[in-house]
Amino acid sequence: MNIPYIFEERPDTGLTNSKLGVWVFLASEVMLFGGLFSAYVFLRIAAPEGDFSYWGSKLSIPMATFNTLVLITSSVTMVMAWASIKLKEFDKYKIYLGVTILCAFAFLIVKYFEYTGKFHHGIYPSSSTFMGIYFTLTGLHVLHIIGGIAVLLFYWSPIGDNMYKEDSELLANRIEIAGLYWHFVDLVWIFLFPVLYLL
Amino acid sequence: MSAETKESIKHHIQVYIKVFIALAILTIVTVAVSYLDVSFIEAFFIAITVATIKGSLVLGFFMHLISEKQMIIWILVATLIAFVILMFIPLINVTDQVNIWN
Repeated sequence: MNIPYIFEERPDTGLTNSKLGVWVFLASEVMLFGGLFSAYVFLRIAAPEGDFSYWGSKLSIPMATFNTLVLITSSVTMVMAWASIKLKEFDKYKIYLGVTILCAFAFLIVKYFEYTGKFHHGIYPSSSTFMGIYFTLTGLHVLHIIGGIAVLLFYWSPIGDNMYKEDSELLANRIEIAGLYWHFVDLVWIFLFPVLYLL
Repeated sequence: MSAETKESIKHHIQVYIKVFIALAILTIVTVAVSYLDVSFIEAFFIAITVATIKGSLVLGFFMHLISEKQMIIWILVATLIAFVILMFIPLINVTDQVNIWN
């Protein structure tokens, strides 16, 4: 079955169905994370003075800074992967998408050490209100990273190779859509990082 | 972003690299500012301003919003309105409960 309006734009929206679909999905994601950001703000307002700063100071800024740079790098390699398909440079596409996936795994590994470091010191989500919202926000973000890896691995696999051979524009379209999701995951971290680690 | 020429894609690549450098610099700036001896309110506004600039760069250039169709802009405007409501309407309930634990 062919999905309509994948290549050509739908006359009434001026967009391909896939692009419109992913933007509506991202709008719902804004509300999902927005709800939790809202919870963070109101928990902080109601918390005893200095409580959030005290528990926040237990987080590792160097690790989070490294992870921020890793995600930014993955965002640029993701968009370069899309540009490489458009330029019909398949080998470069494979390298850029491969680096994006490696960055995603690097992020998860650093997060693993962050989480286990906290557990080792007896800090759990139940330890404080701050830790509760910290683990909820970062845990949900990690789930998004894992979901992104699954999608990116799918297109990096031979399935993606065959798609390129069949029609490079089809793969370019899919990578652009997957990229929009991936950049959103980066975008969420850009706000999580200062809010949780630096304030 | 559907009808792109090779030249325009190559131009995009130059822009992507510049945006990447700007994002990396702004990340370092965010961390450096957090070590300054400023009040919480000042630190909050600096952190959120830098994060908003970084977010705008990602949205505008990596997600191509700068050259995107009106339909997507309107979806995002509607989302922004809903997000603001989500953030601020509960304030009505919270403002009279501040410091209830003190």
